[in-house]
Amino acid sequence: MFFNVAWHSLLNRKYAVLLALISVTISIYALLGVEHVRHEAKASFSKTISGVDLIVGARTGQLNLLLYSVFHMGSATNNIAWESFLELENEPNVAWVIPISLGDSHRGYRVTGTTQDYFKHFRFGQGTTLQFKEGRPFEQLFDVVIGAAVAEKLGYRLYDEIILAHGLGQTSFSLHDDYSFRVVGILQPTGTPVDQALYISLQGMEAIHLNWKDGVKLPGRSVTAQTLDKLDLTPKSITALMIGLKSKVTIFTVQRQINNYSKEPLTAILPGIALAELWQMMGVMENTLRLISALVLFSSLLGLSTMLLSSLRERRQEIAVMRAIGASPLFVFLVIQTETLLITATGMIAAVAALTVSILSAQKYLLENYGVFIDSFILSSEMIIVLGSVLAGALMLGLIPSLSAYRMSLHHGLAAKA
Amino acid sequence: MPLDAIKIKNLCFSYPGISQTFWLEIPEWRIAQGERIFLKGASGSGKSTLLNLLSGILVATHGTIEILGQDLCVLSARQRDRFRAAHIGIVFQQFNLVPYLSVYDNIRLAAYFGRKKQDDLDITIKQLFTVLNLDDALIMRKAGNLSVGQQQRVAIARALVNRPEILVVDEPTSALDNDLRDAFMDMLLEICRVHASTLIFVSHDATLTRFFDTIVNMSDINQAGAKTNVF
Repeated sequence: MFFNVAWHSLLNRKYAVLLALISVTISIYALLGVEHVRHEAKASFSKTISGVDLIVGARTGQLNLLLYSVFHMGSATNNIAWESFLELENEPNVAWVIPISLGDSHRGYRVTGTTQDYFKHFRFGQGTTLQFKEGRPFEQLFDVVIGAAVAEKLGYRLYDEIILAHGLGQTSFSLHDDYSFRVVGILQPTGTPVDQALYISLQGMEAIHLNWKDGVKLPGRSVTAQTLDKLDLTPKSITALMIGLKSKVTIFTVQRQINNYSKEPLTAILPGIALAELWQMMGVMENTLRLISALVLFSSLLGLSTMLLSSLRERRQEIAVMRAIGASPLFVFLVIQTETLLITATGMIAAVAALTVSILSAQKYLLENYGVFIDSFILSSEMIIVLGSVLAGALMLGLIPSLSAYRMSLHHGLAAKA
Repeated sequence: MPLDAIKIKNLCFSYPGISQTFWLEIPEWRIAQGERIFLKGASGSGKSTLLNLLSGILVATHGTIEILGQDLCVLSARQRDRFRAAHIGIVFQQFNLVPYLSVYDNIRLAAYFGRKKQDDLDITIKQLFTVLNLDDALIMRKAGNLSVGQQQRVAIARALVNRPEILVVDEPTSALDNDLRDAFMDMLLEICRVHASTLIFVSHDATLTRFFDTIVNMSDINQAGAKTNVF
């Protein structure tokens, strides 16, 4: 019965109620959005790399190495000599080594020079290997394998010819336009930075830089395709290495061994630890966002109870009427609490719906541009707990107007004339 | 021997924390069942306090108030609310209805508090509407959209839906013009006669006394004012 009364009472003040509802919806939307994106980003983030025991680069910080080798962000300060790669490959504890050479790009997407081992050993998520949506790994010198987002965004299909650019800009002026690469493989989407990259062989990378010196193309020295076959295209240096070990037990031994490598200064990092450190760094921002959205929610719920509280003045008569026909003060209390509940619950449903729609429409964009996959399913058990606490908080703040209504109905009695 | 509708003995009341002296002091007052009383009194004479006491919203400081043989003082607050819903119909000067509920929901709400069964509710409403000369089409209208005269008649229907033994009306006609007022009074007295209800009609409008046999002056039953005058 008090549900019916509360419902009609809200309908009667539909404009004030609508404004309160919008404010509550927006704030719940913000809170849920931050919570959900945080949760999903963390999940997406921590699954960017797995199965790789160590990442090795020139002496640098662990975050910097992680960022440029895995996330394609920033750039390396120095390279690693090819000899170091060979030496590491022959270490007894090492199962495999994937060399990575960075520095070129194609329309803003980074090009990774590597070996076929990359497709064999690189893993993401719960140890998933890279799968080909179409085609196969590169075999020829000018073969290129492209990530799912690159294919999608640039509309490339198998056997398309593309030209790589020197450097990392979105619009580079120095193109490697002597040679074009042929798309031979397109990877399945992974929701990781892999989707945003192009993969060529180390030899291919070497070949397009043959007539280059210090980042500038030397005129009149282009190499013809015929002479390329006769040249030794083994790179002199590479940017980073990914290492898989035969036994995880030796991980710290190998790490120390690399960090103490005498021929050149190297850094070896454990991707899991580096990821955790990176996430921790973002934790401050993340907690700030949570705090802000919690405060916004608090103020909007406070606004809701202010609205209900100020409505009590004009509801004095109606409360007297209810008391006269036998309503207990508890009934009056429950009517006001039900109104709080109705607005908050409606706000929650609207917020969840709006958030689902927003995620569904932004999902593709986020995946293509940021390599982050955000699931559109919001109502995880964590979210239910968040929603539960929002409701509890709303009812707590709802006590302000409903307790005043309770006291009003106790003391004012039938004095309807007020 | 007819049962007393209202029996007050040695009633004293003061608002807690407000004054030391009694606001209301009634040594004895009885109203027989079926009686129709005109209770006269200026504002501040304790009328509203008396009504609050009779309906069980306020509790006597001393003494007893028996309604239909039930001592209100021994009931819990909840029981008093329930007792009021079932046995006492109340109509105010105005604002008798919850404005945003339909006429039907207003009456249904009263029936809900009076624990009246749903099945004969519609029949009861129809009968009351006929007697009160109310159009059936009004039933789904929002109470706040009705004219004052219609609202007051709906308020009577609402007050009578649980067939209460006692009907308390507090200046129900002051918002009505003269023609409407006389028609309203006729209807009210008629319906009380049909239902054999005890009627307590509170007003300061002396012209209405002609509708009643018994006229009680508030100052005659309330000793509190008299005492104050002594000092």
